[in-house]
Amino acid sequence: MARYHVNATINGDEVDYLCDPTQSLLDVLRDELQLTGTKEGCATGDCGACSVLVDGVLVCACLAMGAEMNGKTIETVEGMAQGEKLHPLQQNFIDHLALQCGICTPGLLIASKALLERNPDPSEEEIRLWLAGNLCRCTGYNNIVDAVKAAAAEMRGA
Amino acid sequence: MGRAPTPYGTMIKYEPKALHVIGGKPTDRPDAVDKVTGRARYAADINLPGQLIGKVLRSPHAHANLKSIDTSEALKLPGVKAIVTRDDFEDLENEFAASGELTINFKDVTRNMIAREKVLYDGHPVAAVAATSEAIAKKALKLIKVDYEVLPHVINVVEAMKPDAPVLHDHIFTIGVDPKPEKPSNIALRMTSKLGDIEEGFKQADVIIEREYNSAATHQGYIEPHASVANYTDGGTAEVWTGTQGHFVFRAQIAKLLGMDISKVKVTPCELGGGFGGKNNVYLEPLAVKLSQIARRPVKMVMTRDEVFRASGPTSGTNCKVKMGANKDGKITAAYAELNYQAGAFAGSSLNLASITVFTRYDLENVLVIGHDVVCNRPKVAAYRAPGAPMIAFGVEGVVDELAEALNIDPIEFRLRNAAKEGTQTHFGPKLGPIGYIETLEKAKASEHLKQPLGPNQGRGIATGFWFTLGMETSATININEDGTASVIYGTVDVTGGMRSAFSMIVAEELGIAPEKVRAIPSDTSVLGFNFMTAGSRGTTAGSMAVITATRKAIERMCEIAARKWEVEPDQVVFENGHARPAGSNVGDFEPLSVPQLAKEASWFGGTIAGHAEINVVNQGPGFGTHVVDVEVDRQTGAVKVLRYSIFQDAGKAVYPDFVKGQWHGGAVQGIGMALNEEYIYNANGRLDNPGFLDYRVPVASDVPNINAEIVEVPNPNHPYGVRGVGEVPIIPPVAAIANAIYDATGVRMYEQPMSPPRVLAALDAAAPKMAAE
Repeated sequence: MARYHVNATINGDEVDYLCDPTQSLLDVLRDELQLTGTKEGCATGDCGACSVLVDGVLVCACLAMGAEMNGKTIETVEGMAQGEKLHPLQQNFIDHLALQCGICTPGLLIASKALLERNPDPSEEEIRLWLAGNLCRCTGYNNIVDAVKAAAAEMRGA
Repeated sequence: MGRAPTPYGTMIKYEPKALHVIGGKPTDRPDAVDKVTGRARYAADINLPGQLIGKVLRSPHAHANLKSIDTSEALKLPGVKAIVTRDDFEDLENEFAASGELTINFKDVTRNMIAREKVLYDGHPVAAVAATSEAIAKKALKLIKVDYEVLPHVINVVEAMKPDAPVLHDHIFTIGVDPKPEKPSNIALRMTSKLGDIEEGFKQADVIIEREYNSAATHQGYIEPHASVANYTDGGTAEVWTGTQGHFVFRAQIAKLLGMDISKVKVTPCELGGGFGGKNNVYLEPLAVKLSQIARRPVKMVMTRDEVFRASGPTSGTNCKVKMGANKDGKITAAYAELNYQAGAFAGSSLNLASITVFTRYDLENVLVIGHDVVCNRPKVAAYRAPGAPMIAFGVEGVVDELAEALNIDPIEFRLRNAAKEGTQTHFGPKLGPIGYIETLEKAKASEHLKQPLGPNQGRGIATGFWFTLGMETSATININEDGTASVIYGTVDVTGGMRSAFSMIVAEELGIAPEKVRAIPSDTSVLGFNFMTAGSRGTTAGSMAVITATRKAIERMCEIAARKWEVEPDQVVFENGHARPAGSNVGDFEPLSVPQLAKEASWFGGTIAGHAEINVVNQGPGFGTHVVDVEVDRQTGAVKVLRYSIFQDAGKAVYPDFVKGQWHGGAVQGIGMALNEEYIYNANGRLDNPGFLDYRVPVASDVPNINAEIVEVPNPNHPYGVRGVGEVPIIPPVAAIANAIYDATGVRMYEQPMSPPRVLAALDAAAPKMAAE
């Protein structure tokens, strides 16, 4: 099978990779680039565990094709912290116990980041509706909503 | 329940004293940073050099004889390195073992791993392939020719119990029926549990309510699909990295299924992406090891979500009949329940566990519980958080609600009049010790929640739950490092991430050092003695007993070191507030030695400071909880919206209270999903119709409100800090509480779970003419 040569920017790094036409962006991230922070929960776009940003747009990496990423800018959970300094969402997820097993956490962090980039002061209802594409089976969402609210306040400098 | 608790078990009596670290908030959560940066390693994140990818061929049929399997074409495909079928595994005889909260039979486990004579459910493994890529492995699966002789199937538990139902196993003759039945059937077990005289109890009743309840099978729904990487070495040993709730139990199962010595198998538990009981059983692991042995390369296997739904989990779907009577004073005089539980393709549902939870919130004199464990053409059930309890609580708490209404007594008040307390005789054997059930009801009664006004089509429901706390084999090692920090190696898998914090806090409490100076480190199977799995709410309770025991042994060692330095006897040294001190003024005037000082002296005075525990924990105190929920019912669509939710539960002593509440939020939301949406749906051919998160709909953030959790603390008498298991109780009451709330909102009782919009709408429509007539 002919493989596509793709050039993309991932978490600020210029990256090139070869991929099969059948490989999703998730397969490329995990299997070709060893960026295993992005998780596979369903591979059908239902659970949100593989949420990433492509040119700033929130997508399920399992539903995007690896071969379509030429020239795109991709952000994954591995790119959120600046060195040792965690992103306010990451720190607030820890502080509010917004994660237990942690398998949904990378996707929820990316989805929350996408929300706060559009709406720096979301209401509880807006947070819950925005995150409705990200399944979490451990927390019951309570502490996740609290963490996003707290991170939003911190990022607004409130 | 298997054997009675061992008389050689370990209990440490409750030690009433001020705790400094326990009950607070640690400054450090050891697992969390790697989880938020994406660096935590789950099983699917592990890759070994030269690894192959393994895939499983699964039955498309619900029930069929497996006449032949031809792998010859698949083996010719370039890149295919190994294929296994039933012929590659030795058959096993009946041999029972504990696995989580359920009991397994190896004769069945090997057949569930890979089908032998028959396939028994849609998704049953038939063959497994290892190839150089996933694409080649999948292509190879299509080249395997399987000759099935399709048989009639049975999915529903009531249908499976009928005399003319298709029989899954010719060797199942109902146990518990005397004389032994002449014909095989799908009823593997009939159990009975009783107390007093049920007939007499019903004679004393002024009101009797009898109802039948049905519940659908639901899946644990962990977001991480099963994944394993296996490497069979040329030295004849097997290394396995996997997602498991119990690596020692998995090691034993892998060894048994493959005919290996336990000493030759090493299992490393990876970070676990959710289990809830569903990761108590091996599925991929032995297949991966066998494929690796044949291919002489590491093999990685990861299930798809479709495979997770079709072939792992779920919990039992059930049919339950509940009949209870009460007198005019509001005292329950008789309680009867019949529990018919799906076991899936092989015997062994959660029936035995469910049977002990049926009425164990009430102080009763006359009880009869009858249960049937029923096989049917579904995946073998696995434990799911308080296995079997939510469904029968749905029935019992519903009937209790109806009794209270019939007697015109407030539902909390009715429960208080009948509440189990210390000394209550259970119908399954023991008397209850000190418990906090009444306290949870009182806390609910006094709560702000009950003061909130309700609008039109809104209703409030309450329900309660009981679950025991498992003990079992538990091991831990603590090393006091040269700099006075402590490393504690634990053997219970940390399923939620809170256990590591809890163990650090516990060691800090015992040693009088800061929790940040303690690191809790997960074990693989090579570094500790056998340790039972994280199940039955035992992780932090039993795990902490081992950690405390090991730490106290290290303290003895530190006292010995101080004694040698001071040239006194070890019993002349005490350990207090993080220091070894002379036991009294007559011992001598010695400056107390801190843990770092003792660590520094250790080398000269005898060597490294460590402590071990290998104990069997017994008699851990059970947990009780009361839930209150407000719902709004949309009469046009039948949709039920949860408006407010409150949990009141006895934690004994919460080690890390915020985390305890977090677990309760999660348990309640799983229960809300079970109540309102989740169900396995099979089509006429016995194939699962909704094996994905789109059609098997678990709650999302916008489905649920903020959840109020309030902790009651009635100490467990057999734990030094009074800790009880906390993780399972919160999933028990939600289904019943929501059903009671729907009734309060609409005047219509629900007897089927899930109470999904079509069912609620149908129930409202059915009741409408009747209500109009009234």
